[in-house]
Amino acid sequence: MPGPAATYDLGKLHGGLRLPAHKSESTSLPIQSAPVPEQLILPIDQHAGEPAQPVVSIGERVLKGQLLAEPAAMLGAPVHASSSGTVVAVEPWPVASRHGDVAPCIVIECDGEDRAGEPKERATPYTELPATAVLQQILRGGIVGLGGAVYPTAQKLMHAASCELDYLVLNGAECEPYISCDDMLMRERAEAIVSGARILLHALALDTGYIAVESDKPDALRALAAAMSDAGDERLVLKQIPTIYPSGGEDQLVQLVTGREVPTGGLPTDAGCLVQNVGTAAAIHDWLQDGEPLISRITTITGDGIATPMNVRARIGTPVADIARFAGGYTGSAKHLVIGGPMTGRSVSTDRVPLVKATNCILVLSEVPAGGPELPCIRCGDCAAVCPVQLQPQQLAWYARVDNEGELRRHGLTDCIECGCCDLVCPSHIPLTHEFRVAKARIRELEDEKARAERARRRYEARNERLQREQREREEELARQKERARKAGPDAIAEIMKRSQRDED
Amino acid sequence: MWPAILTLTVLALAAGLGLGFAARKLPANRSELVERVNDLLPQTQCAQCGYPGCRPYAAAIVEDVEAVNLCPPGGNDTVQRLADLLGRPESPPLATGPAAPAVAVIDESLCIGCTYCRAACPVDAIVGAHQFMHTVIEQECTGCELCVAPCPVDCISMRAT
Repeated sequence: MPGPAATYDLGKLHGGLRLPAHKSESTSLPIQSAPVPEQLILPIDQHAGEPAQPVVSIGERVLKGQLLAEPAAMLGAPVHASSSGTVVAVEPWPVASRHGDVAPCIVIECDGEDRAGEPKERATPYTELPATAVLQQILRGGIVGLGGAVYPTAQKLMHAASCELDYLVLNGAECEPYISCDDMLMRERAEAIVSGARILLHALALDTGYIAVESDKPDALRALAAAMSDAGDERLVLKQIPTIYPSGGEDQLVQLVTGREVPTGGLPTDAGCLVQNVGTAAAIHDWLQDGEPLISRITTITGDGIATPMNVRARIGTPVADIARFAGGYTGSAKHLVIGGPMTGRSVSTDRVPLVKATNCILVLSEVPAGGPELPCIRCGDCAAVCPVQLQPQQLAWYARVDNEGELRRHGLTDCIECGCCDLVCPSHIPLTHEFRVAKARIRELEDEKARAERARRRYEARNERLQREQREREEELARQKERARKAGPDAIAEIMKRSQRDED
Repeated sequence: MWPAILTLTVLALAAGLGLGFAARKLPANRSELVERVNDLLPQTQCAQCGYPGCRPYAAAIVEDVEAVNLCPPGGNDTVQRLADLLGRPESPPLATGPAAPAVAVIDESLCIGCTYCRAACPVDAIVGAHQFMHTVIEQECTGCELCVAPCPVDCISMRAT
């Protein structure tokens, strides 16, 4: 197979790459259901925003679907028990997250009965609920964006409801190599996706919803077309987009589907679009129609280090080791474990990490496709040619190394989607994306510091103002008292003195 | 006639460029410069510089040509930025070394509710009433340590963040 080559003139997307797909390995089998594991490890921070606050105590028996932790801040999502059992610990556990290698998790010893709580009385059909009530319900389901960013869906929708929207775009692009969980979901549960899309259209009062799928997924396209004609909803439109990485980036997808460009520093809502992953739409359907919160997801377990690559529907919190065993175990050549895809995933050192809401892929490789030793930049400009955001990676890397915050901002570092295309084409093997991640974190840190200093300054000034006001009021009161005494005159003072003399006697 | 037109054009261009540069690069007046210096300071209001807060120190830097290396919480980065802004490239680094970020913590079992620390806090980050337990609002604490000394029962300590 030829190596990755830059692709040009493919629709409306700048740059991007055609990558070897490696998807057929995991799509030969239908989606398999993994058994309930002995132990579930549920991180309280599985979403963008603040970690959820545990509401169960150690030793407590929980049922499947029971609320374990609820959002503690404006931005967050609840965590539910994926099966029934006993809470045995709330402790730090290795995880594969952007924020570190260890995070507090709720550990449940499963009883194997997988008992669900009492089914609540049949909820009102969503079509009879006002939009805000639908959003509230989505919030309670613990649903987050399953495309990888795990932004709480309810908050995303609430924000979108306050914007002027034209289109809903369901993201079925799944452009990253190896990953095929959305593909399999679209093939097998197209009707759930269509139903979820209709719920979203209802909640946002929209007239057009696009379902965008890459052209290399003919089965998924066929299944979706069939489900859409069954539903007979004229608001939904199926769109085939070119197979090119990273067509599934939110901003890139909006551009491919609608021809609109998301402004720098903006969100798709600024271009009148709301993007949701197809998996999220199916999860919304499962919650609102079947009453099951987000306690399981489909994940692709694949790579040349896995005996039987496949797509697995597993409970959130299942250790990766259990899923690997279910998929036939590791082959002898298995060396590297990556959570997520080869481009945007994260290498982890242990398979004790649990499957979380964000885990769309478990990739086991025999070797890391490393290019070679890093060499100086030769300014060939290949990175700029493939950058889907039209940045100048070579220039950014220069500024990132000298920590020049102002220039990094001016050159649009904050718009970098960390797709990894520039890394792949760089003939000098410079780890550009890694440097951008570090630089972005540094910019965020500086921003936080600045915001903190600004708040402290305001509080300090408010306090000074208050102290001055109090001082002034004291002086005024003293002056008033003096004035009163002066007005009363010496006679009154003598009178008072006499009275107090009499009281003493 | 042409030399006159040329002379005037060149003069106008030079003046325009000069004024444009001045308007962009030079602060309009002293109070604006004080604001810009103040923006660079970390706003811990810790008074370690010898002035009662960041703004007074900023004013002193501008008005009295006070040294720019008196702010330990800002670290040497701040010294550098101040030196760049004010054009004092020979400024020495901090004498004491940068201070690590920290917040004050009140041992609530020892607190007697004297309100001394509350009065000392420059950013009103301590809550509590007379004869009642006090506590520090962690998000608002700047780690200035000004509350540590006034405490009569030594129940305030600094915790690194």
